[in-house]
Amino acid sequence: MIDSASLLAVLPELILTLGGLALLLVSAFAGDASARVVNWLAVLTLIAAGAALSCSLAHGPDAFDGLVRADAFSVFAKALIYTAAAAAILLAPRFFSVDSAPRPEYPVLILFATVGMGMMVSAGDMLTLYVGLEMNSLASYVLASFMRQDERSSEAGLKYFVLGSLASGILLYGISLLYGFTGSTAFDGIAIALGDGVSKGELFGLVFVLAGLAFKISAVPFHMWTPDVYEGAPTPVTTFFASAPKVAAIGLTVRVAIEALGPAGLDWQQIVIFVALASIIFGAVAAIGQTNIKRLMAYSSINNVGFALIGLAAGTPAGVAGTMSYMAIYVVMTIGGFACILQMRDADGKPVETIASLAGLSQSRKGLAAALAIFMFSMAGIPPLFGFWAKFLVFDAAVASGLTALAAFGIAASVIGAFYYLKIIKTMYFDEPVIAYEVKGGPVENVILTACAVVIVLGYLLNPVLDQASAAAAASLF
Amino acid sequence: MDGFPILSLMMAVPMAGAIACLFADANKARWIALIATLVDFVLGIALWMNFDQSGSGAQWQFQEYAPIFGRFAWALGIDGIALMLIALTVFLMPICIGASWNAINKRVGEYMAAFLFMEVLMIGVFTAQDLYLFYIMFEAGLIPMYLIIGIWGGTDRIYASYKFFLYTLLGSVLMLIAMMWMVHEAGTTEIPVLMAYNFPPHAQTWLFLAFFASFAVKMPMWPVHTWLPDAHVQAPTAGSVILAGVLLKMGGYGFIRFSLPMFPEASAQLAPLVWGLSMVAVVYTSLVALVQSDMKKLIAYSSVAHMAIVTVGLFAFNQAGIEGAMMVMLGHGLVAGALFLCVGVVYDRLHTREITRYGGLSINMPKYAVLFLFFTMASVGLPGTSNFVGEFLALMGIYQASSWVALVCTTGIILGAAYMLYLYRRICYGDQVNADAAAMPDLSGREMWLMAPIAAVVLWMGVYPESFLAPMRPDIRALEARLAPAAPAGDSAIKMGAPKPAGEANHEDVSAPSHSASGEAH
Repeated sequence: MIDSASLLAVLPELILTLGGLALLLVSAFAGDASARVVNWLAVLTLIAAGAALSCSLAHGPDAFDGLVRADAFSVFAKALIYTAAAAAILLAPRFFSVDSAPRPEYPVLILFATVGMGMMVSAGDMLTLYVGLEMNSLASYVLASFMRQDERSSEAGLKYFVLGSLASGILLYGISLLYGFTGSTAFDGIAIALGDGVSKGELFGLVFVLAGLAFKISAVPFHMWTPDVYEGAPTPVTTFFASAPKVAAIGLTVRVAIEALGPAGLDWQQIVIFVALASIIFGAVAAIGQTNIKRLMAYSSINNVGFALIGLAAGTPAGVAGTMSYMAIYVVMTIGGFACILQMRDADGKPVETIASLAGLSQSRKGLAAALAIFMFSMAGIPPLFGFWAKFLVFDAAVASGLTALAAFGIAASVIGAFYYLKIIKTMYFDEPVIAYEVKGGPVENVILTACAVVIVLGYLLNPVLDQASAAAAASLF
Repeated sequence: MDGFPILSLMMAVPMAGAIACLFADANKARWIALIATLVDFVLGIALWMNFDQSGSGAQWQFQEYAPIFGRFAWALGIDGIALMLIALTVFLMPICIGASWNAINKRVGEYMAAFLFMEVLMIGVFTAQDLYLFYIMFEAGLIPMYLIIGIWGGTDRIYASYKFFLYTLLGSVLMLIAMMWMVHEAGTTEIPVLMAYNFPPHAQTWLFLAFFASFAVKMPMWPVHTWLPDAHVQAPTAGSVILAGVLLKMGGYGFIRFSLPMFPEASAQLAPLVWGLSMVAVVYTSLVALVQSDMKKLIAYSSVAHMAIVTVGLFAFNQAGIEGAMMVMLGHGLVAGALFLCVGVVYDRLHTREITRYGGLSINMPKYAVLFLFFTMASVGLPGTSNFVGEFLALMGIYQASSWVALVCTTGIILGAAYMLYLYRRICYGDQVNADAAAMPDLSGREMWLMAPIAAVVLWMGVYPESFLAPMRPDIRALEARLAPAAPAGDSAIKMGAPKPAGEANHEDVSAPSHSASGEAH
């Protein structure tokens, strides 16, 4: 039954959908010339949707009879998603204008993907979840192959599509098993059914659902698509993939694990612990040999997902709060890092992707090198940068819930990860310059870069706000 | 000075200097750095002057508290032990800047910024009163030091910088997990409260080992010392000075501030481990130092041997031992720093650290030879210099706990004399076999000004150590009291004789002036 309260709860999605459709019409009629305007209008739409987030909380969490939830958790995740999406839109024009005129479909596709992500994090039912996930995925497949003429981009899109469909199939199979054995697709219905003990069939469903979700968050052992897609996709799209959909998929996983599968906590905890440690170690070890910076960032994102999952493994409100704070800090580091990578252009403005080309950057582009060094040290989790705090929160939650050994292994493995981040800093600071880079970056890039760097350096002052917001978000799930 | 945030100010001054240096040209950066460190030095003197060392007042002074970081707070405060280490830091920093004045000529602004940032973090480590704030300051020091070694270091700098970074990082991360456990157990992040908290003994062992992993690497103790020679050899002169002078002391400070008071039972239980490692370190690294052909490497190995004396002093569980350990730390900070400066002086002229490339320097560099000899003697532990006081007290302390450990560790003094004097002979005495070394000019005015103050303080510390012991005494006494219930029984079975009243002795002297010799023989 559709009532005004329900509509209000999905107001951000409505704004994004209508805005996206309107912009699609504009771009269809006005052609490529409208790209600039559409870009800014898309950002405005995201801002409007962000402002609407506060209204969505007005009438309690459940909307559409429990199909959709608008609670503090979804607001937290959506705020991150919208920010990341806006940054991905703002960073794009400069990149696309190298080969041809920027096309207005890009921001529109991002808007549609964002609608899907919004549905993912506020899903209250397996079917809402699936529809949201597919909506995001469809837009993502197109985005990955956005540069039609580019072989790598098409390849990335195809790979993403084939593997993504497979994962969706696995997820859907898991959902059908859960539905068959619990008799419900609603999260609370599943939770009630699991409450009286987990049957074999339910366990199978749980494993399949988690496997499907692990693909979406690119956790080991379902990570294989990530390096290829990240490398092949246009860099602004990679920026987007590494930030917003990551938050959405992690948010979704957390919500499903806690709200729907909560009573089966002991069963999924082992899976999450394994996936987390495997991701941390594999992501770190595999990144060491990389020569392409986008591929390296792909492994870095696998590594980071592993850390974020440690919070979920704790399974406590503090753990969930830690995971969400981790994602918030991770998004800032990732967008900042990619804003630096997008500025890796040779003297003609052509993008460069090899790590070796960064050599001596600290002498030719002091500010850029310092910013990238800040993000890399932060990703490595070295204090006083904010990335340390992200790791701190998840490990603290793990220690508090008695998983001291997991925390000790995880943090020791983080030292492996530090090695490859250091390699980038070493290349920039210790090596002699090899190629000349473009003298300066675009103004929008620089503003985003500076803003992210400031947050990473002075982030601890945000702690009280972040703590409060993430605690409220976590509390709404329990 | 009540309520005046002098500790925050001491961190703000170099921080502001560091930011200014990043945007300044080479010459301006040098002056900004020098002025910032000198201002901090003056503030350090003011801090010492206003420090109440009577022991009757509060243990923690100049406290500041601002809960601005959510889970942890900007909580600062010092006791006498921290005061001495801060004094060492602010004293050595202007000297480091001076030592880099001409030696560093590429990317000067960034270099000075890295050093000033380092100073902020070192002061932060010694003043932090919040567990997590301490950890952040402790770990953050890796960033500037990594850059200092990697950018301005020698030919093998990249290997050395990685080794330094990853080694110390791996050591520290386990400490963080232990800290989290402690905070959940005790429900507070305040260091003074945690120092008095009694953790369950079975947990103490694990916590101790986790902290030990970090501090032993930082200290460094055998067998995890291997990063130190590499880092020292590759670092620029000032980098070595600050590494040997202050950064190594963070390990010792960690033992005093955390391991001993927070886990007294585990400390007593694992003391034989510490003793064993220290005994190996004293003998083994001294012998290794003896065969080095690189001057910096030799001094680096000697640092490991000296730090082993610090650890035995700390794990003697008595006042003499801990006071001695602190004095060795202060003395070694000055002397090792000065020795690295001595190496830097000749390195700047000939660009080699090979001992055999020098010889007979006392002929063409007499002033240098005198100062070098003085610091060599101080390093050996000659009475009248700082290291004698510390080593004597530390060994006296450990004798009460274990006479065997004292016996083995005392050989370190003999071996120390061997390798230091052997080094000195090969560099300053003998024939002037190398023409280019024989043509080197003597110390410049700048170099004199760098080394003379250190020499003065080394002498002061050796002749009147009370100035340095007095501020620390109440805190060390408190630590001893905290350790007393757990302290292992000593094997030396010292029997104190009953002291004779002073008047009686005088009376004897007066009554039998002609038999004074036989009187003493009684």
